[in-house]
Amino acid sequence: MNLDAKIPEGPIASKWTNHRFKLKLVNPANKRKYNIIVVGSGLAGGAAAASLAEMGYNVSCFCYQDSPRRAHSIAAQGGINAAKNYQNDGDSVQRLFYDTIKGGDYRAREANVYRLAEVSASIIDQCVAQGVPFAREYGGMLDNRSFGGSQVSRTFYARGQTGQQLLLGVYAQLSRQIGLGQVKMYNRHEMLDLVLVNGHAKGIIARNMVTGEVKRFAADCVVLATGGYGNVFFLSTNAQGCNVTAAYRAYKRGAGFANPCYTQIHPTCIPVHGEQQSKLTLMSESLRNDGRIWVPKDKAVAEKIRKGQMEPSAVAEDARDYFLERKYPSFGNLAPRDISSRSAKEVCDEGRGVANTGLGVFLDFRDAIQRLGEDVVRERYGNLFDMYQCITGHNPYKTPMMIYPAVHYTMGGLWVDYNLESNIPGLFVGGEANFSDHGANRLGASALMQGLSDGYFVLPYTVSDYLARQGVSAAGKVKADAPEFIAVEKEVKDRIKQFMTIKGTKSPRQYHQQVGKIVWEFCGMARSKAGLEKAIVDIQALRADFWKNLRITGEAEGLNQELERAGRVADFLEFGELMCRDALMREESCGGHFRVEHQSEANDPEVKSGLIAPGEAKRDDSKFAFVGVWEYKGDNVPPQLNKEPLVYESVKLSTRSYT
Amino acid sequence: MNIHLKVWRQKQKGDSGKLVSYDVETDEGSSFLEMLDILNEQLVAKGEDSVSFDHDCREGICGMCSLSINGIPHGPDGATTVCQLHMRRFKDGDTLVVEPWRSRAFPVVKDLVVDRGAFDRIIQAGGFITSRTGSAVEANVHPIPKPIADYAMDAASCIGCGACVAACPNSSAMLFTAAKVSHMNSLPQGKAEKDKRTLAMVDRMDAEGFGNCTNYGECQGVCPKEIKLDVIAQLNRDYAVAKTKKFLGAAI
Repeated sequence: MNLDAKIPEGPIASKWTNHRFKLKLVNPANKRKYNIIVVGSGLAGGAAAASLAEMGYNVSCFCYQDSPRRAHSIAAQGGINAAKNYQNDGDSVQRLFYDTIKGGDYRAREANVYRLAEVSASIIDQCVAQGVPFAREYGGMLDNRSFGGSQVSRTFYARGQTGQQLLLGVYAQLSRQIGLGQVKMYNRHEMLDLVLVNGHAKGIIARNMVTGEVKRFAADCVVLATGGYGNVFFLSTNAQGCNVTAAYRAYKRGAGFANPCYTQIHPTCIPVHGEQQSKLTLMSESLRNDGRIWVPKDKAVAEKIRKGQMEPSAVAEDARDYFLERKYPSFGNLAPRDISSRSAKEVCDEGRGVANTGLGVFLDFRDAIQRLGEDVVRERYGNLFDMYQCITGHNPYKTPMMIYPAVHYTMGGLWVDYNLESNIPGLFVGGEANFSDHGANRLGASALMQGLSDGYFVLPYTVSDYLARQGVSAAGKVKADAPEFIAVEKEVKDRIKQFMTIKGTKSPRQYHQQVGKIVWEFCGMARSKAGLEKAIVDIQALRADFWKNLRITGEAEGLNQELERAGRVADFLEFGELMCRDALMREESCGGHFRVEHQSEANDPEVKSGLIAPGEAKRDDSKFAFVGVWEYKGDNVPPQLNKEPLVYESVKLSTRSYT
Repeated sequence: MNIHLKVWRQKQKGDSGKLVSYDVETDEGSSFLEMLDILNEQLVAKGEDSVSFDHDCREGICGMCSLSINGIPHGPDGATTVCQLHMRRFKDGDTLVVEPWRSRAFPVVKDLVVDRGAFDRIIQAGGFITSRTGSAVEANVHPIPKPIADYAMDAASCIGCGACVAACPNSSAMLFTAAKVSHMNSLPQGKAEKDKRTLAMVDRMDAEGFGNCTNYGECQGVCPKEIKLDVIAQLNRDYAVAKTKKFLGAAI
């Protein structure tokens, strides 16, 4: 597998400028001869589609929702980072770059991250020009807040709906191009496979979800911006439709899948309430500023609370275990995301969890209310308390909140080079679907930044360069009736037919729940060799059962949401195994990937010196400073690992410490 | 808790549909859509076609979910989408009638799923501020007073779900269109295309078959984002100005 990252020569600060000059251009009069497929209409896909159309290319854009405005970028709450230094607090491109590399636990590619920081300021300019109503100060200037433990205030926000407003900005630009006829929009279309012609990505097979028709779409290149794979866990903060199918199908056609085990788990979500639960809801981490996290010291007390035989407020002070304050006295309840999440899991595994499922810990505002008064607490957290009460029916002013960690972002994705091009020529990948910028852990307010950076400021240049290199004589030459298209279309149709003819007893949802449980248990917050090996066997068995006992009601023609889910679950059943293999291979802990065998211990020098607490992720830079890129080798054949070494020229590798 | 459902079943666009009764055993902690998930699992277990309904984020922001419960879009609670409605809101033994949005401009695709493409086309007609990628000036060049920025944000919080249309006896899309017009027309960046935008969006809205606004105010009552009728007043004002200028031949 060719993993040439194509990192430009020269000092890091001038790489992108120099590279842009070297990229080839397409003559304005020739742009209309090229066709580009963009799959996904979120921040990365929508921005790329709109920008490429503005340049004069013919763009076809696909989304599975009923409108491009519904892509899951819409759900991001907190904000978007940019190195504007409007607060005069010492921010700079260099600092945002450094924070992102460090936050990613030194597992991201330097050159890409620097470019992300470099274009961040232009993103804000672009969004403001589109009419994104960012929060402002009374003087009319843009407001910022600090976010995710950053020491500078560089986060721009639009109330708690920043993702929504940025996406609506993208949607407006995309809509303008649709109205002009420059983008052909395919709503309610799901990409089911990628088509290669002479080794280059030249089109897709998509199913019209309303009519059930499977169709071939040809173009001069393909951009995937299809989001993350958090729904492999079944329960996550992702939207119901989020899936890995587009990326996984590309992987099966030869694209490398990088770092699939890097997933981020957020500590402050509302706990699962029962078996029928379909989704988890995130609450802002800011709650940990004033809330104290605890569980009862005694298992028997926890059980009484779970059964509703005892009120949490009746637990005496010395019977409570404020476990984060106990274990990490200097961080307390503000311990980093990964540590807080794992600690909550540990106490629940010990049988001391609360909530009816036993999978929850208290986040108690009793002391804050006593100290500050209910009015101050309401002013700070009122909207979050209301949301909590709406979902759980409990009043957090009277009884402690309950929280539990949940999956909400995936750092892994399709491997891409500096141009965001995968190892398949002509296949570009943007946004959460690629692996490039966040390493092993993403910082808060950086997902929106990356999506828009890729879509507005990187892909338009690099896609043009690819098209220019193919030459104008090749433009529009590949047609959807080429034999390669017919062959892949047949495979897709056969697969649908196979789903429909199994006629077993179990719904796609049941399989989704089951694979989610396996992946969550063994490839979630804490991973071990034995657990991962078991997970791989369990997933293989479940997959075999799926192809024997799946039941889909209704028909393949027309709208069929069971069939849609079956296709996605079939891919999760393969992808889950790939994740576990990656986690098993990575014999270190870094960022969101925590191997219990590799954690800091009391007598490590970094712990003794007070730099880090025991139980934190322990990297192994000598062996694992690389991107793990998996190559598909056939069904039920282990994939092959390829490595892109990570070379750090501008930052020095060090132990991540947040003391 | 046990819930009696009467659910609109319709195989495809143009077919005649009907209400079909189902009983579902659920619990109070489930969301309304999770209750429908349970129903669908029951139907699949019996080998019957599951009920199709639109939903995605299930946290009240994507605007995809679109059901009426007992005739009220998004159900009985104000300021919420149906995905955020929980079963504890109902009583054991309740009978609930579940229907898709009802509007000529939103044809039923299947069961509870409707086609809201008309909304997209209204935005395509003019719901944007033309700003090519790369052409933006420095973001702080134009200060925007906080009250104006806040007003624009209030209007921009529309999620495009279509409840306003479903609730309106005239099937008017004025609240939706006016929210976008108000958001963009009130900002300095949006002034250049203000008249053109307003006329184009209203023309498209009319062409899509939405009815007129006669100030029932039902839209405001069901809007999950609490968008107020004030935006319609602004649309009417901006439309009158744009139309007059056009009539007088003033440069637009």
